[in-house]
Amino acid sequence: MTGLDTVRDAEAQPEVDQPFAELGLKDEEYRRIREILGRRPTDTELAMYSVMWSEHCSYKSSKVHLRQFADDPPRIDAMLVGIGENAGVVDVGDGLAVTFKVESHNHPSYVEPYQGAATGVGGIVRDILTMGARPIAVMDSLRFGAADAPDTKRLVRGVVSGVGGYGNCLGLPNIGGEVGFDPTYGGNPLVNALSVGVLPHGRLQLAQAKGAGNQVVLLGAKTGRDGIGGVSVLASATFGDGETPAKLPAVQVGDPFTEKLLIECCLELFDADLVTGIQDLGGAGLSCATSETAGHGDGGMRIHLERVPLREASMSPLEVLTSESQERMLAIVEPGKVDAVLALCARWGVLATVIGEVTSGDRLVVTWHGQTVVDVPPGSLADDGPVYHRPVVRPDAEQDALNAAGTGDLPRPGGADELRALLLRMIASPELCSRRWVTEQYDRYVLGGTVLATPHDGGVVRLSEDSARGIVLALDGNGRFARLDPYAGAQLNLAESYRNVACTGATPLAVTDCLNFGSPEDPGVMWQFAEATRGLAQACRELGTPVTGGNVSFYNQTGATAINPTPVIGVLGVIEDVSRRVPSGFVAPGRTIVLLGRTEDELDGSAWAWVEHAHLGGRPPQVRLQDERRLAEILSRLAARSLIDSAHDLSEGGLAQALVEAVLVNDVGATVDLENNLPMFCELFSESTARAIVTTSDPDAAFAVAEQVGYSWSEIGVTGGRSLVVQAAAGNHDPDSAMRFEIALDALRSAFEGTLPALFG
Amino acid sequence: MVASARIGVVTFPGSLDDRDALRAVAAAGAEPVSLWHGDRDLRAVDAVVLPGGFSYGDYLRGGAIARFSPVVGEIVPAAAAGLPVLGICNGFQILCEAHLLPGALVRNAGLRFVCRDQTLTVDNAKTAWTNSFVEGEQILIPIKHGEGRYVADPETVDELERTGRVVFRYTDPNPNGAMNDIAGITNEAGTVVGLMPHPEHAIDVLTGPSTHGLAMFSSALASLVS
Repeated sequence: MTGLDTVRDAEAQPEVDQPFAELGLKDEEYRRIREILGRRPTDTELAMYSVMWSEHCSYKSSKVHLRQFADDPPRIDAMLVGIGENAGVVDVGDGLAVTFKVESHNHPSYVEPYQGAATGVGGIVRDILTMGARPIAVMDSLRFGAADAPDTKRLVRGVVSGVGGYGNCLGLPNIGGEVGFDPTYGGNPLVNALSVGVLPHGRLQLAQAKGAGNQVVLLGAKTGRDGIGGVSVLASATFGDGETPAKLPAVQVGDPFTEKLLIECCLELFDADLVTGIQDLGGAGLSCATSETAGHGDGGMRIHLERVPLREASMSPLEVLTSESQERMLAIVEPGKVDAVLALCARWGVLATVIGEVTSGDRLVVTWHGQTVVDVPPGSLADDGPVYHRPVVRPDAEQDALNAAGTGDLPRPGGADELRALLLRMIASPELCSRRWVTEQYDRYVLGGTVLATPHDGGVVRLSEDSARGIVLALDGNGRFARLDPYAGAQLNLAESYRNVACTGATPLAVTDCLNFGSPEDPGVMWQFAEATRGLAQACRELGTPVTGGNVSFYNQTGATAINPTPVIGVLGVIEDVSRRVPSGFVAPGRTIVLLGRTEDELDGSAWAWVEHAHLGGRPPQVRLQDERRLAEILSRLAARSLIDSAHDLSEGGLAQALVEAVLVNDVGATVDLENNLPMFCELFSESTARAIVTTSDPDAAFAVAEQVGYSWSEIGVTGGRSLVVQAAAGNHDPDSAMRFEIALDALRSAFEGTLPALFG
Repeated sequence: MVASARIGVVTFPGSLDDRDALRAVAAAGAEPVSLWHGDRDLRAVDAVVLPGGFSYGDYLRGGAIARFSPVVGEIVPAAAAGLPVLGICNGFQILCEAHLLPGALVRNAGLRFVCRDQTLTVDNAKTAWTNSFVEGEQILIPIKHGEGRYVADPETVDELERTGRVVFRYTDPNPNGAMNDIAGITNEAGTVVGLMPHPEHAIDVLTGPSTHGLAMFSSALASLVS
């Protein structure tokens, strides 16, 4: 078809072959579009439906499962805006609210690692800004293929410099996150970015176009041909073999400088009460921003599309509407305030153009030099997309075989020398080694509010200089546990993130999730998804922490092979007084080390099984949510009374890993005496949950506080010296009658620190 | 009166640590004054801080565009006339681009952005911005930059060394490959100082690795009062 395809053309020529399948639409979906419109769609309308009804934008496969988070959430008084808006908003006291969300940018990051990761950060930051908040920090959760696989170096270098390049230039501290390696992500790396922002209650903004006659103003960058179809052909399809270069134009290109100006400019617009509604332009670009704001408003909208400032004059209306050019926002402005908006934007050097108006009708109408190319009910794009009840089938044979193949048959080391050597191998593995090579590429200081950042258990940010109040965030997502049992795996990830927040002394409050899975068209993957969401919703109720928002990323699979299901869970906590935050490292010699929680023989799915035996099978550790609650309560009480000066959660790599990390933060060694209830190997490497180590200079007072709540309390050693000493008295379990080994801090450090620089430096 | 000293902090489009510099000025007991890149007006300040960030995006070269801004047009003659000026990170790059300080800051030897707590040695404790330190003192200040490798022609480096104009040096390890481990330098008069590390992020142990950075701002206050 040549020339412009107008609504009049569509009415006059009803039977035209349209390329809906190439745009990612199914036969049935195309039929529904024709039914909604009472005619065939124009080319431009078809393109808009294809992006808005893509899996990425419409959540068509996940919606029926995500309802669990909205329908029966745990009630908390602090919730101001729940699931469904750009990001959830919770009250944190002092008239302040916090908004936070994690989102995936997996597919673009595989095709073009730097820009994919950079625009992942840019996109989530605009989601936070859209709520009326000043973004105050970012975090990221990254997954790559095996550390020594041929393509991993390209991806790690590109993604890490992209996350850093964008966030550093934008001036947002990166306060933590995680990096993982596993062959399951070899063809499908995961790049999940989280941002958090703060706002006074009165500044809350909504993505609504209300009030006929109000003007629609496009702010920020010019619109170019980058990212066209990003949400549909890229993010909502699996990768075939060798096709990534062809998808390169679907990746967006980021400009953090423009975003920085956009942030400052929008915050001034909000403070001056100059806008009545605002929406960021992300996936599906103008199609999404116009249809969502109009769909959630009280009327219709008319857009004069030729007014949109373009990078390339030859762009068609279809391209303008589906471009995912970055650093743009759509504002709804009363006519009397337009001049003030344009003046403020000019001061910041932000391009601002009136491109349309809110109408009293109920249609979204787009014209191109006077000719109507789009005339649709906006809600049909934004809210009434297809909803699928995808088949959900547990792959019994495969899953049963996986669960039956536990670690019981793997050889376990016994003697002190073997354990010493094992510990050094474990901490040097890509699985458990220091992430410093990554995190040193991120600015953690900018804005001056960072109280704790990586390598501490959670990132802690002071909310304002006038207040001692702070927020804490942690992000965790173990894909191996979820592979063994997606229901328990999602719960374990929530539990770990919750525990990390609690270790800093904060009270966990709310949850955001990024659910990374394979193809929803595979009933086995849908079973994983259904189980994970059911498990997460249940655990959220039990911990009293609602999901406030998040993101689903399907189609993380190459050919028929899906990634390990990877629900990445972020937990937000509040700390009343940031000066009482608890770091993860030992701070001084002579402190009593206490292990809170019980250790069982739980090594299936553990770092040890993977690092030493490339083994994944059996059952994940037991989920103990009531124990997690008790542990968090004790940590909170101990921190509030300043009875502990460090706390570190036990998770991947068990007690051994936690001890190594704790001694290396400030080079304060430790001597640990294990009780010998279990073989020393188990004590050190089991990954039983609901555990943490704390240090105290007053163990009696600390114990008295813990006893009020009631929890397993073992004094296992004392800090000090220039080495880590682990010993156990004679017992029934170990071959040596009394076990003891010692590793100098320098040896620990060189094993722990050297791996990533050697691989990627 | 000490509190009457006014220290300005310039905000360029893309400045990031401007609010942190203002906070540090206030913490040292001076009156912080915001200056805008587009104004030909220094608002009668007694000293100026050019803060860190990515002015104008720094897509060409760090500080290359900012050097032509109206406010820098005012700062250059004022600095020549003795106004104390401190350039931090991107501000140091701007001072070099504006030829208020010699040499240039180029891409780190490791080609990566580096954020870490860095030990520095104070080599010159006589400048307007370092007189509260003791010569030879070691201090802990965060660095965070991708283009911080100080370079200059050998004659310039010789002259800086000979005249004691190297103000701060990285102690082992040198994070960016800077010549002679140079982290910061001053002009002949000792009034203009540029450094890559961020003293404004070392004023409070709650949010930084030390309080050593505060001495730079109190130094300025002391030299203004005297």
